[in-house]
Amino acid sequence: MADDAHHGPLSQFEIKELVPIKLGGADLSFTNSSLMMVIAVACITVFLVMGMRKHALVPGRWQSMVEMSYEFIANLLRDTIGSDGRRYFPFVFTLFMFILFGNMLGMVPYSFTFTSHIAVTFAMATVVFVGVTILGFAKHGIRFFSFFVPPGVSVALWPLLIPIEIISYLSRPISLSVRLFANMLAGHTLLKVFAGFVFVLGPAGVVPFFFVTALTGLEIVIAGLQAYVFAILTCMYISDALHLH
Amino acid sequence: MARAYQPMTERDKPDSLRDLDDRLRRLREREGSGRAGPNRGGASNSDFGRAMRVGVELVAALLVGGVIGWLLDRWLGTAPWLLVVFFLVGAAAGMLNVYRTMSGIGHAVGYPARLPREDENKPDA
Repeated sequence: MADDAHHGPLSQFEIKELVPIKLGGADLSFTNSSLMMVIAVACITVFLVMGMRKHALVPGRWQSMVEMSYEFIANLLRDTIGSDGRRYFPFVFTLFMFILFGNMLGMVPYSFTFTSHIAVTFAMATVVFVGVTILGFAKHGIRFFSFFVPPGVSVALWPLLIPIEIISYLSRPISLSVRLFANMLAGHTLLKVFAGFVFVLGPAGVVPFFFVTALTGLEIVIAGLQAYVFAILTCMYISDALHLH
Repeated sequence: MARAYQPMTERDKPDSLRDLDDRLRRLREREGSGRAGPNRGGASNSDFGRAMRVGVELVAALLVGGVIGWLLDRWLGTAPWLLVVFFLVGAAAGMLNVYRTMSGIGHAVGYPARLPREDENKPDA
C-alpha cells in the first residue's frame, strides 16, 4: 500500500471541487458534498413522487413506505406540538427526509456523507434556531423574553438565572448540529479503521470483518436515529416558541 | 315499495351503522382532547438517543458560555475575569440542559409553569 497516506480513515471526508465557481471573493464551487445533496434531493423526490404515483386505496409496498414516513412525522408533530403543529409539517418533513437520505446515502460505499460536516449540520441547525426565534417573536412579541425568566423566583436571583437561561437557549443550535455531525463522523471513521484491519491482519482479518458487518448495521440504526432526533428536537423548539411554557 | 328509491338518510340507517357512527364520534372526541396539548419531552422514548444527547448538551453550553465570556473580555478589556464568570455560568447552563433532558421536562428553556401532574401523560418520567 504505497499510497496509504491518501486513503486514511479520514480521506472519505475530503471535500473535492467538481465545478469551481468563484463569485466575487466567495468560493461557491460545486463540490462532491453538493453533488451528494443533489442526489439526496433527487432520491427523495423519486421516492415520494413515484411511490404515490398510483395512489391506490390499498397501498403496495412502495406506497406503504411513503405513507409510513408521512405518518411518522405527522404523529411526531401531533405528539410534541399538538393540533396546531400541522402547519409546520412541510418544514419538519423536509428536514427529516433530507437528513435521513443524507445519512443513508453515506452508507453506500464510495459515496460521501454530507451530514458528517459541521458546516452542513450547523447551517441546518441555524435555520431552525433563527426560524424558531422569529416564530416566537412573531407569536408573542416582547412577551417572548418572559421565556428566560423562571417563574416563581425572587427578583434577587434574576441576574444569575437569566444569563444561565440565555446561554442554555444559545447552546441549542450547537448541541443540535454537533450531535448529528459527531455521530456521523465518528461512526464512519470507526468503520474505515476496522475495514483497514481486515487487510492488515491477513487470515485473522476475519474477526474485524465480522466486527465491520455488525458496525454497519449499527451505523444504519444511528443514521435513522439521528434524523429522528434532529426532527423531534426541531418539533420541541417549535413547540416552545408557540406555547412558551 | 316507494322506500327503495329514496336516498338513505340519517333516519334510515341500520342500527349497526348508527352505532358505528356514535363510537367513531366518541373516539374522535377523546383523541382530540387527549392530543390537543403538547406532550413535552415524553415522545422520545429511546434511552440510547437520550444518553447520546447528554454529553453534547453539557459541552455545548460550556462552549457558548466560554465564547461569550471571551468576546466580552476582548471588547471590554477585562481579561480574564468575564471568561471565568461566563465559563461557570455556561457550566451551570450545561447541567441545567442535562437535567432537563433526563428529567423529561423537555428540552425547553425556562420552567414549565406548574406541571399539571395528572394529565401530563408522560410514560417515561
